Amino acid sequence: MAEPVIHAESLVRADPDAGEHDVLSVDGLSFDVARGESLGLLGPGGTGKSATIKMIGAVSGRTGGRLSVLGLDPDDFGPEVRSRLGLVPQHDSLDPGISVHQNLFVYARYFGLSTRECTRKTDELLALLGLSADARTRVERLPLAARRRLLVARGLVNDPRILLLDEPTTQLDTRSRLALWDRFAALREGGTTIVLATPRADEAQQLCDRVVLLDTGRVLAAGTPDELIRRHAGREALELQFGLGQNRQAGRQLYGIGDRLEVLPDRVLVYADNGERTLAAVVDRGLEPVNTLVRRTNLADVFLRLAGRMLEE
Amino acid sequence: MISRDASATPADDDSLDALRAEARRWARKPRRRGFWYATEDMLRANRTYGSALLIAAFAQPILYLLGLVLGLATLIPQRIEDAGASVSYVTFVAPALLVTAALAVAAEEFASPVLAGFTQRQSFSVLATSPLSPGQIANGLILAAIIRMTVVTVAFYAIVWAIGAVPAPATGWIGIPAAVVGALTLGFPLMGFASSLTEDDGRFALVQRVVFIPLVFFSGTFYPLSALPGWLTWVGWLSPVWHASELARVASYGEGEDRLATLVHIVFIALFAVIGYVLARRAFLRRLDDA
Repeated sequence: MAEPVIHAESLVRADPDAGEHDVLSVDGLSFDVARGESLGLLGPGGTGKSATIKMIGAVSGRTGGRLSVLGLDPDDFGPEVRSRLGLVPQHDSLDPGISVHQNLFVYARYFGLSTRECTRKTDELLALLGLSADARTRVERLPLAARRRLLVARGLVNDPRILLLDEPTTQLDTRSRLALWDRFAALREGGTTIVLATPRADEAQQLCDRVVLLDTGRVLAAGTPDELIRRHAGREALELQFGLGQNRQAGRQLYGIGDRLEVLPDRVLVYADNGERTLAAVVDRGLEPVNTLVRRTNLADVFLRLAGRMLEE
Repeated sequence: MISRDASATPADDDSLDALRAEARRWARKPRRRGFWYATEDMLRANRTYGSALLIAAFAQPILYLLGLVLGLATLIPQRIEDAGASVSYVTFVAPALLVTAALAVAAEEFASPVLAGFTQRQSFSVLATSPLSPGQIANGLILAAIIRMTVVTVAFYAIVWAIGAVPAPATGWIGIPAAVVGALTLGFPLMGFASSLTEDDGRFALVQRVVFIPLVFFSGTFYPLSALPGWLTWVGWLSPVWHASELARVASYGEGEDRLATLVHIVFIALFAVIGYVLARRAFLRRLDDA
């Protein structure tokens, strides 16, 4: 197999805000990303996803460990690494005072493209992300979803070998999110290597070949979404709602049913191979849930199992 | 590791060596000219408000000059003894106003645009994700300010020269770099200060009123330093504005003052500028790292 385009080994990043206390926002992270692969970093906020993205993107240095991006150490070859990477940041960092077109054009200039190339690339990307009609609009007048698309377009001005996406669909409505997923899927099909940091299980599952589950800067588990789900979550989940304040009590009475139980404040999750049959067993025990739902397990269940808390809180 | 369907990977050479070589090729231009991209960005971004700013920076000393020539100078018929020469009041005041013009640009350029780059425009954190190095971003910002200062001082100098207030045009132009470097000695600390702020809560205006304007007055701009009481002249000696003004004057008069005094002016403003640059750059890079 070809060498990985990203190789991280025991990556450590001290939290710059922590001051004297040795808090690590990334604590011993190791993973490889093959060319053309799409890797997800899945975890709730504050688990070191952004810090990892910034280290890969040669935007911030690392405190320890080894890191190679495109065969180069980002700490020593920042300009080289950044010139072949696209970074879509979590926070909107567009210049609100200039137009959509200018935002792209200006950024393209930084890569040493000629004025003509910048214009061509800008027009091409605006068309690709459905922003051509807004080309002359000032960014401050642009709706949120269009701004997000513009951020993605900006990350593509240099035809990057690796695209780093840091929570690219946060705050978006479902429709806009799905539209962006389509774009990412197309890029992935086109062979772009993608690293996606996200707190959304569905996003990681949808877009990633492999997922690294993160909690407090450490790896909980890694593998393909299917592998992770099969290994840690079982086949189906039965969601039971007994009404607020009743779930804990009901959870105690469900003991022994299914493979595993998770009692949450608003519902009880029973993991089992066959959800319907499990539901029948619940009813047989004389329990009367207000709401029931049988579904396939997903990466959120895996996270709940391994971290002992919900992915999105 | 799971790799997707082989047909999806591009057909070109995908060895790490090839990717590394490609990255080196792409980074070559930004490594060489990156500071200029940052300069371009600062000049472009500040174009709209920047032209107003340039006019203001330019108009202020012109209006001063006009006021002084038409008003004050008629009240001061005697010649001014300064920097080892005896000159008319207008000739005396013009080189110092050249420094003031550069200073007015520095007071603007190293304040709001720096803060805005970190906050509202976020241009610095965006630049940090580009191939540019943090040092190039700092240098680009400084170069943009130098360009603006040069434009204003050249224009101002041309007017002073046209009204015949430069006795020695052969050396008079040296006042332009003296003014620019002199302005940088105050611009750099301001840049460091602006890099430490998260919002402009009126502190730039405070710096302008309490530091810059009084400094201009106490630096022998409108009257020779010797006119001040002895205990106040030290402000002038320590002020890079005074040293820059004196240097511009010597260049404009083309005579007087011993070489040693001129050398002291040059060393003083150069030293201030270099130390200021190092500290301002450090503060800027630290802020950029946090962004």
